Amino acid sequence: MKIVYFAWLREKTGRAEEELSPPDSVTDVLGLIEWLRSQGAGHVAAFADLGLVRVAVNQEYVALDYPVGPDDEVAFFPPVTGG
Amino acid sequence: MIRVQREDFDTGAELALLNADNHAVGGVAAFVGLVREMAGGEALTAMTLEHYPAMTEKALADIEAEAKRRWPLEASLIIHRHGTLEIGERIVLVATAAAHRRAAFEACQFLVDWLKTKAPFWKREETRDGHHWVDAHSADDAQAARWEGGKAGRRPTEFPRGYSKP
Repeated sequence: MKIVYFAWLREKTGRAEEELSPPDSVTDVLGLIEWLRSQGAGHVAAFADLGLVRVAVNQEYVALDYPVGPDDEVAFFPPVTGG
Repeated sequence: MIRVQREDFDTGAELALLNADNHAVGGVAAFVGLVREMAGGEALTAMTLEHYPAMTEKALADIEAEAKRRWPLEASLIIHRHGTLEIGERIVLVATAAAHRRAAFEACQFLVDWLKTKAPFWKREETRDGHHWVDAHSADDAQAARWEGGKAGRRPTEFPRGYSKP
């Protein structure tokens, strides 16, 4: 599974992207976030307030209960501020 | 048409192209977003725009398609820059061409409002003391929300059902 981070989530986790193999028990976005929190202090800080985190799976906005699998690209980022 | 690029653009030349070969166009409306020198009482030295390359063009194309469903546009253009920009530089150009002004004005405002809340760009303000990421404004959400429940069908929502918005 490819995980990508943008803006302050990238800075807090200390990485722009990572290729990970979560356990089979991870079936949706929320489960993935809970597992990522076990990956280090940076990840804990990045996911401290899920109200500030938006998620896209394969480049489409999704909710926290959206299913994820090994071939997915999952992106985490703050609310957008372009324009 | 959608363009995501690091380099600057020539506003006049881009607007002229919108109706160059189309005499059904009676009016062109445009919005140009610029880097302001001040933010929250603090002087900026520059602004950096990060984006999600794999998603950006698709998100902008979805927003443009939605505008074309709602208004009878002859043409539309979104150019959004990324990278580090100096004070006064152009960030974004949104332009719409239609037979009559009302469609051009409304569609242009719709595109800017939705782009600000749905396209995956993030602004980072650089100051002499460091940098900080711009927070999303609830006023921008409210502006974008005005266009919901329009003539359109499915909205490419950023906050799907069951998602708790801050």
